[in-house]
Amino acid sequence: MSIKADYLGMSLSIDELDAENLAYFRYCAAHDFHLQLCEGCNLLRYPPTTACPWCMGARSKWVPVSAQGAVHSYTEVHHAIQPAFKGHTPYLVLLVDLDTQKGKPSEHEALRVVGNLTTPDGRLAPAELVRRVGIGTRVRMVFSDVAPGLALPQWTLDEAAQQPTPWRYPQA
Amino acid sequence: MPFPAEMETSSPKHLRDKYAIIGVGETSYTRGSGMTTRALGSWAVRNAIEDAGLKASDVDGMLSYQSGDSTFAPFIAGDLGIRLNFYMDVFGGGSSTEALIGMAMGVIEAGMCKTVAVFRAMNGFSQVRIGGTGARSAVPVSGDMLHSRAYGWQSAGQLFSFTFLRHMYDYGTTPAQVAHVREAHSHHASNNPKAYYKKRVSVQDVLASRIICKPLHLLDCCVETDNATAIIVTSAERARDGRHPRALIRGVAGRVCKPRVDMHYQHGPISSVAGKYAREILWPNSGVGPEDVDVTGSYDAFTFTTMLQLEDYGFCQKGEGGHYVSDGSIRLGGRRPNNTSGGHLCEGYTHGMNMVIENVRQLRHDADDSCPLGADGKRQHSYDYREGGCRQVKRCEVTANLGWAMPGTGSAMVMRRD
Repeated sequence: MSIKADYLGMSLSIDELDAENLAYFRYCAAHDFHLQLCEGCNLLRYPPTTACPWCMGARSKWVPVSAQGAVHSYTEVHHAIQPAFKGHTPYLVLLVDLDTQKGKPSEHEALRVVGNLTTPDGRLAPAELVRRVGIGTRVRMVFSDVAPGLALPQWTLDEAAQQPTPWRYPQA
Repeated sequence: MPFPAEMETSSPKHLRDKYAIIGVGETSYTRGSGMTTRALGSWAVRNAIEDAGLKASDVDGMLSYQSGDSTFAPFIAGDLGIRLNFYMDVFGGGSSTEALIGMAMGVIEAGMCKTVAVFRAMNGFSQVRIGGTGARSAVPVSGDMLHSRAYGWQSAGQLFSFTFLRHMYDYGTTPAQVAHVREAHSHHASNNPKAYYKKRVSVQDVLASRIICKPLHLLDCCVETDNATAIIVTSAERARDGRHPRALIRGVAGRVCKPRVDMHYQHGPISSVAGKYAREILWPNSGVGPEDVDVTGSYDAFTFTTMLQLEDYGFCQKGEGGHYVSDGSIRLGGRRPNNTSGGHLCEGYTHGMNMVIENVRQLRHDADDSCPLGADGKRQHSYDYREGGCRQVKRCEVTANLGWAMPGTGSAMVMRRD
């Protein structure tokens, strides 16, 4: 069944034919991050796809994945484009290397999951939190609940982790 | 000048130098054209046909690219009285120019038509904003877009910044180094009467402009304009009778991609761009290398895109792009000027085609600056690059265009003077 919902005043939808995205976001709605595991080569992949990018295999199964990692890169948006984000600047979009499967199948690869920096309850992070995060920051996944069957995976500071000094863009 | 290719007796690259660009044309670059993309398109294509010294009946092929923001080729052809033996309107923006030139060569080679007009017509400021603001910013988000747009990660600048920022982290590239691209291109534009922004700006101006999304300041981003551009491609043989020296096409690479191009950040290093793959096609096909190139046209949607491509195509060592764009090399009078028209940062935004047009004029030794016209109708170039002066590069024999769609996709082309 298709999903239509509203998030920050922005219309989000998933078509009923889009089995891969429906499954992905349903697990997120249960706050239980899953990715597709290829039944042929046993590699995980992100985002959801219709075949395995490593072996072209068609068969996969959804498996739970421990969702924590380190920021690989980011952008800090000061001039929002979308109306939904105008009231939330500056906000961070993070590209996070999951610890799971990092460096496989080759040294430069990782499951790199996109998300905003949020508070632990999934709200966009305030400016003082934004200023603490950069490349290398340890984060853990949390969720922004949107609707039944749909929550967005997000990132928040991993309070339990030892934090390195993050690399931040040199200008304020 | 002898080319490496001419020393090879058994080159399989049989299209090398077999096709040429014989006509170029554009509209003025404005914000508020006051006309349709159909009117802009027919204006630019007419200018290109006239520049080539051809008639409408000499053109029988047409290619365009767009993303739902333009007029299809049959309307432009119809307006100009061109009967088509081939046309195609391709989806896409940046990186299309060089790719479509390669397609034009292919369809002519296949005997499908003889001479192709390639155009891009857009009201990139007054209708469909290229920066993604206006109506484009508020479209509903569905399916695969949930992995990007739902995070406020939508505009080109936002989407590319992971690569830009990571390059700074990996190689110590500084904001000031990259800002030199804007400074250089603004100096070039000051010698281009067509340019939308003709005012010279400094590195300090760039760094003092407001942050859009890190690492991009306002002046690291290109201008949005309304305009159309067109070029005419035909066989080198047929081009022999043209009005201008031929710009011979040495080699083309079209929309070459990094792995996982749908979400290319999965495959590192993310501080490398598609040029890393495209160069393996471009240079062997062209029979030249970066050291043979006199003028580059490295796509400047952002200051960073120019720098990243020059680096990954091998104009400097990997990681030294920041140094290369700030040491004077890319300026008029430097070792290898880039975007001598001012490019997308200053002349106007055309998804890459104006940079090809500029290099054709450079190869003709006929850059349309303010130098006086001689008795032969050609400009008497002074090679004095002060503000308002000349922008012709001395002894320009070989050019390279490096087109950009995004970090994961790029196109390229090498041309040489006849």
